[in-house]
Amino acid sequence: MTMSHDAQAYNFAYLDEQTKRMIRRAILKSLAVPGYQVPFASREMPMPYGWGTGGVQVTAACLVPEDRLKVIDQGADDTTNAVSIRKFFARTAQVATTERTQEATLIQTRHRIPETPLTEGQILVYQVPIPEPLRFLEPRETETRKMHELEEYGLMHVKLYEDIARHGQIATSYAYPVKVEGRYVMDPSPIPKFDNPKLGQSPAIQLFGAGREQRIYALPPFTDVVSLDFDDYPFASSKAPHDCDLCGARQSYLDEVITDDRGGRMFVCSDTDFCASRQAQGKVGRLGVGQAEGAK
Amino acid sequence: MIRIDNLSKSFTLHNQGGAVIPVMCGASLTVAPGECVGLTGQSGAGKSTLMRMVYGNYLAAGGSLIVGDLDVASAAPREIIRLRRKTLGYVSQFLRVVPRVPTLDIVAEPLLALGTPSDEARDRAAHLLQRLNIPERLWALSPTTFSGGEQQRVNIARGFAHTFPALLLDEPTASLDAANREVVLTLIEEAKARGAALLGIFHDESARARVCDRLVDVTGFTPKVAA
Amino acid sequence: MTLQEKIVALDRPILKVEGLTKRYGPRIGCADVSFELYPGEVLGIVGESGSGKSTLLSCLAGHQRPDLGHIAFDGRDVLAMSETERRLLSRTDWAYVHQNPRDGLRMGVSAGGNVGDRLMAVGARHYGQIRGKAADWLGRVEIAADRIDDRPSAFSGGMQQRLQIARNLVTAPRLVFMDEPTGGLDVSVQARLLDLLRGLVRDLGLSVIIVTHDLAVVRLLAHRLMVMKSGRVVEQGLTDQVLDDPQHAYTQLLVSSVLQV
Repeated sequence: MTMSHDAQAYNFAYLDEQTKRMIRRAILKSLAVPGYQVPFASREMPMPYGWGTGGVQVTAACLVPEDRLKVIDQGADDTTNAVSIRKFFARTAQVATTERTQEATLIQTRHRIPETPLTEGQILVYQVPIPEPLRFLEPRETETRKMHELEEYGLMHVKLYEDIARHGQIATSYAYPVKVEGRYVMDPSPIPKFDNPKLGQSPAIQLFGAGREQRIYALPPFTDVVSLDFDDYPFASSKAPHDCDLCGARQSYLDEVITDDRGGRMFVCSDTDFCASRQAQGKVGRLGVGQAEGAK
Repeated sequence: MIRIDNLSKSFTLHNQGGAVIPVMCGASLTVAPGECVGLTGQSGAGKSTLMRMVYGNYLAAGGSLIVGDLDVASAAPREIIRLRRKTLGYVSQFLRVVPRVPTLDIVAEPLLALGTPSDEARDRAAHLLQRLNIPERLWALSPTTFSGGEQQRVNIARGFAHTFPALLLDEPTASLDAANREVVLTLIEEAKARGAALLGIFHDESARARVCDRLVDVTGFTPKVAA
Repeated sequence: MTLQEKIVALDRPILKVEGLTKRYGPRIGCADVSFELYPGEVLGIVGESGSGKSTLLSCLAGHQRPDLGHIAFDGRDVLAMSETERRLLSRTDWAYVHQNPRDGLRMGVSAGGNVGDRLMAVGARHYGQIRGKAADWLGRVEIAADRIDDRPSAFSGGMQQRLQIARNLVTAPRLVFMDEPTGGLDVSVQARLLDLLRGLVRDLGLSVIIVTHDLAVVRLLAHRLMVMKSGRVVEQGLTDQVLDDPQHAYTQLLVSSVLQV
């Protein structure tokens, strides 16, 4: 292999040190003001916007050679996007990689929080398409900034009101807005609202990077995070009312998979590592095939 | 109740070379509570002008014009508004209302403006409309489509809805039939009986003779130079 | 005591404006405007396009900052307030009715959500209560209850304007700014709106500043009138007195230019 030779063509973790320094400053500021969107000078990355350029830059600025990196996309380690980003850092930073949540020191994620509880010392980096929770209600950036400044968040409840008026309940099921430490309203990125309860009081550092919109925001460990709701329509996390068909898990977030064109379907854990670990422990769901094939 | 002293009025027509037209000077008269004073004089002599000045609709050029304890000639607009709401009523010849508002509400409005409960105000309005022979089927309609006589009676009902201590009457019986004329004259007599001070213009001589205690000829207030 | 009596008993101006001046470079927006507005009063501001009436209104409502002058609301110096205070005021004690309802409504939000918006903006967090209040207000502005979940884009111009009024009045403001609220509406729709506004002003004891070029509107709605020309107030007084016995040359011209019907 010519890995080491190739890698010398790149700076560690792709970005130059000045850029990393700039991003780290934004990260430190975002940790100091939880939930506040800190602007940063997002760089061109060797991937298109919408593929996680914000998350990749945050990851690049955080990585040290001792890190062990995990990358997931909708909970899965084996999708194209996750595999590409993992390979990208394996090549440009030569860090170790893993698919095991508890072994990772840094996890970059798109649209999920792992089922396995995070621990102190871990960093979770979210890819964020649209960081501004007020955007769909108020298109003017000048106005949304003012609203954050003055804590004018009534509009978020207008959105929830519209949900209830139209659907009889709060139908927002992902990117469900939260209030951080009683101050900033924040978009948790398009994670399912099932994951919202995991945002608060987490021992891990949570960083959010939006490349196209050039914003970084954060939740330091053990932050209060409250999902917005009404007194008479309290927040409720939800998932498909099934067990995982592979590992039998009852409390994990499920993907629905259509298996044929005659209405056949199955529900499986969206967190592939969680599901595989359970199967390795011999847990079997309705359509489970047992340990021999389930574990890799 | 009404005391007018040395009142004068002129119009300045800025858009016609700034011509100044004096229309009244040295006007003086008083109206006591329970009294009805009729203004006489030829058409154009200044009867309506004087009435409008008392109501604050025209600005006085000089003199004083006291209604109750307020000098209308020098009062602030909001003091006149308060005076009109509580003390001084005006029955004009012309009905000026928001289109599409039901007749009953128009008559009740002066009471509603004083904070009278809605039911009570509408009861009083209904009572007056009944006395003035406005058919009940018309009460829910806007008076803008009514005949001239009907409109005038709606206007009278509105003017008498609140028991004003002072009332200006501009030809209240013009264009009314005998029966309704009688109702209006009775209303005027009732107002006098309860102590209201009335100042009016009546072309109808027998009506004038019946309700007026005194007559004042405004010709005496016309500036001599005007001719 | 009735509401009216209570209001009059206070006898203190709710708004006091002194020497208000706004320039756009060398051009005068409005100059040296002073007046007082008392609780329960409707003040009409008339003048032709470019007379400064809209500039004055936007300075009063805090949309623009005047170059000179003082504005006191309820004894508080408005121009010295922080933006937070002023914006809070504009969601609570103040209201602003735009000429074009699209400027004052959230067109992508249902009628009920539009009315509830101001309630939620001041902290209402009970869906049932918010909806109840919205339904009540839609009724008061004569919008059928079954339209509560429709978007304003499905409404006629008159309905949109009534919805904007409901949205503004739901938090029981004390001072309402109106910019040509009946402009752009059919005559018959205007009449209904005028009657509605008169009733609300009377029943709620609102203080209103209404800017319009329509003299018929101010005659029916305003207690007092200010006539503006070239950024300055040329005449003010009782509405019917200013219209029937105008003193200033410009007012005379303005009044005599109106077509009689």
